[in-house]
Amino acid sequence: MSFINLKDKVVQVKIVYYGPGRCGKTTNLEYINKTYRKQIVSEMVSLKTHGDRTLFFDFLPFDMGKIKGYDIKIQLYTVPGQVKYNATRKLVLRGVDGIVFVADAMAKQREKNIRSLNQLHENLQSYKESIFRIPLVMQYNKVDLKEHGIPILPTEVLQKDLNSRLKVPYYEASAITGYNVALTLKKIISSTVISIQKKLL
Amino acid sequence: MNYGIVSQEQLEQIDTILSEKLIKLGVDCVIIIDMAGNIITAKDNGESKYDVYSFAALAAGNFATVDAMAKLVGEQEFSLLFHKGQDSNIHFSKIDDELLLISMFGKEISLGFLRLNVVDVIEKIRQLWNKK
Repeated sequence: MSFINLKDKVVQVKIVYYGPGRCGKTTNLEYINKTYRKQIVSEMVSLKTHGDRTLFFDFLPFDMGKIKGYDIKIQLYTVPGQVKYNATRKLVLRGVDGIVFVADAMAKQREKNIRSLNQLHENLQSYKESIFRIPLVMQYNKVDLKEHGIPILPTEVLQKDLNSRLKVPYYEASAITGYNVALTLKKIISSTVISIQKKLL
Repeated sequence: MNYGIVSQEQLEQIDTILSEKLIKLGVDCVIIIDMAGNIITAKDNGESKYDVYSFAALAAGNFATVDAMAKLVGEQEFSLLFHKGQDSNIHFSKIDDELLLISMFGKEISLGFLRLNVVDVIEKIRQLWNKK
């Protein structure tokens, strides 16, 4: 749940990047951190293992400017993708306002994407949230690998696997080169802000 | 309790309680956060420069971890946490299931004295909410 401070006129919005291990959630945040450095006042916080895997979460806060006189503070989080860390993923999802599901477009990751999305559905249910109601954007990451001859899933297949019932906005992306990273972010911010506005009116 | 929107009046009252009871005592910075990592309010002595937003995210994560540990040893909860450093210390205390009070203070304040005041502050904040 977003927190709205009527006194200081600040709205805090929590957006979580969710997806299977090594799909590029942290890379998304790192790209945003690098590209929008000017708008970001604080440092990105990463709690990771020595092997650079996310252990708890990454956290990146930034200011989006004002809407109707209210300062919008966006807080981006990632979850740890590794299967064994579901308890931690659940903790990070607490109070979430919007989700980017980062799917790994590599052909061999097909099943992992589906499993991760199913688990997201379950995890949201434990907070009495629904994957069908919460603002959600799909990102099919790593499309750049195609050029390197690595088999990747066509978007139609990913759409059928992950988005046939949800029918949420989706983008092909490459977090490492930055392709569509900003677009994904803009989309999830706008969906989330609209959903918060609706809840308030 | 609906804490999603706290009225301006409530926030002002909470700020007054925090200033009167903790900042005046010499606490550097007091933050009230929710378990999702949002800041409800933050007060400081005007000198400390903490990145309160990152702090809130980490503190919520920290507390959630400790909560999970409590369950593992068969406890309902560990309602307070204390981190001691060379020059500064952090004290975490649960206000209710959703809210957490965090105080950052130096070595000139004794932990016991701080705890007494924190208990008082929490009691006052709870009363404020119940009045609603």
